[in-house]
Amino acid sequence: MSVNRAPRVDLEVVANLIPPQSRVLDVGSGDGELLELLQETKQIDGRGLELSQRGVNECVARGLSVIQGDADKDLQFYPDKGFDFVVLSQTLQATRNPKLVLDELLRIGNRAIVSFPNFGHWRVRLSLFVKGRMPVTKDLPYSWYDTPNIHFCTIRDFVNLCEELGATVDKATALDANGQKIGLSMPWWFWNFFGQQAVFLLRR
Amino acid sequence: MAALRAGKTNNEADQPSSPVLRFGADKPLKLDAGVMLSPFQIAYQTYGTLNDARSNAILVCHALTGDQHVASTNPVTGKPGWWEVLIGPGRIIDTNRFFVICSNVVGGCLGSTGPASTNPATGKPYGLDLPIITIRDMVRAQLMLVDHFGIEKLFCVLGGSMGGMQVLEWASTYSERVFSALPIATGARHSSQNIAFHEVGRQAVMADPDWHGGKYFEHGRRPEKGLAVARMAAHITYLSEAALHRKFGRNLQDREALTFGFDADFQIESYLRHQGMTFVDRFDANSYLYMTRSMDYFDLAADHGGRLADAFAGTKTRFCLVSFTSDWLFPTEESRSIVHALNAAGASVSFVEIDTDRGHDAFLLDEPGLFAAINGFIGSAARVRGLNP
Repeated sequence: MSVNRAPRVDLEVVANLIPPQSRVLDVGSGDGELLELLQETKQIDGRGLELSQRGVNECVARGLSVIQGDADKDLQFYPDKGFDFVVLSQTLQATRNPKLVLDELLRIGNRAIVSFPNFGHWRVRLSLFVKGRMPVTKDLPYSWYDTPNIHFCTIRDFVNLCEELGATVDKATALDANGQKIGLSMPWWFWNFFGQQAVFLLRR
Repeated sequence: MAALRAGKTNNEADQPSSPVLRFGADKPLKLDAGVMLSPFQIAYQTYGTLNDARSNAILVCHALTGDQHVASTNPVTGKPGWWEVLIGPGRIIDTNRFFVICSNVVGGCLGSTGPASTNPATGKPYGLDLPIITIRDMVRAQLMLVDHFGIEKLFCVLGGSMGGMQVLEWASTYSERVFSALPIATGARHSSQNIAFHEVGRQAVMADPDWHGGKYFEHGRRPEKGLAVARMAAHITYLSEAALHRKFGRNLQDREALTFGFDADFQIESYLRHQGMTFVDRFDANSYLYMTRSMDYFDLAADHGGRLADAFAGTKTRFCLVSFTSDWLFPTEESRSIVHALNAAGASVSFVEIDTDRGHDAFLLDEPGLFAAINGFIGSAARVRGLNP
């Protein structure tokens, strides 16, 4: 389900938000990179949900508790507040119903951590503005017709959605093209322009 | 093979060549049918050594026509154990590391009390006088065996198909005795289609004049034709259309052209006939009726007010479920509904679907994806349980 082929620069940021021994559900756990990192460094009780069978089989072979499933369909089966943290890393933009998925994350977890590529990044804007074409970059390598990323949003869009769902933003981080955090004191418009990825810690 | 030849009673049923645990009148087996089975016995095999902490025991549950000879030569067929590809010294389930127990289920025909066993009340084989045995009855008997070994908590319970049903029953009814559970190619209930196939098999057995209302041993006969037909029909459900086509296609058997008759012109016919014939040499017809019935009756959700998640409420057991893409007897959806119930119960669960065209029987075969999943799951569970490699 982790459809972004770019290096997962957000993983470390996500991991730092999670205290040791937490119960964590990683939605879109890919090949289990984050779960393994968290198990090794934070001794978490981790579970994963992953769309691709190959990713799941790899995870289980590595001893991780991961099931094959779809964020759009299978989150409904998890109980309310069953986890301390529910992580959705680089997957929101590939879901059919991001609003519903985010709503479910906030129901299942005491906290939700969401990371996503920012469609408001200046390179994206430049591509549209100058070339008049959907952007194809190193980090977003798909053409418009074959991309799994069907629901791109900007950081500002996401903040609006959080407000609509009654979610409180406990923490937000924007990362630049090199995976470096953008200064905390910067305003939203600055993040929305220079942030290539964003990581949000939410609760409701 | 001689053990089951027509006219003779089944020696392995009363005096099996594997160890037997006998329970007298003081320890009856309480059956779901509402009666006590007593006396009764359990035939079993063990492999490896139970450690001092008694924490390294793995219970293997066999499928419909399986037996306790999971990792050693079968005394009736002379063939290797049915899961030797998986279990043994240095194998994925390493008997140098784990203590593996496998028992013949109650109702079976290789040494645990079943319809071919002698009824102490009459001195003759039970036949249909044996009460109906359920999956839960089998598990209750296995619990008595596990208690006999003084094992407080099994490290793992695993099995496929009917064995998987026993695993689910274990994890639901005795969850505090199960550290990890590995149900493979199974379901929390037997579907209508599966009951239908079983009914065809039972009717084939009972339509054989040699069945004699289940009292064939007394008539010196065995319903071999009926049981062979039952096996032939069942065997088709264990395979997949793709695998059948790959293996046999429309190939002819030892001939150049169609014979315009009803001989086994096609390889698939010859193959099925062979499957049927070899099966009757190793299996008791009445036991086949009882085994199929136990699966038909299995419905774990119904036992818990219709909500499957309640069967696993509060469970601490670690689960791993495995299904196969081409299994139409227990399709992936059956496993997925168990996974959803386990999610709702907040259980630790892994679930893999293995891509294969080998159908339901894939769980018995050398499937790298299956082995990788079992290896990963057992390995991580062993680490958490503190079992050193």
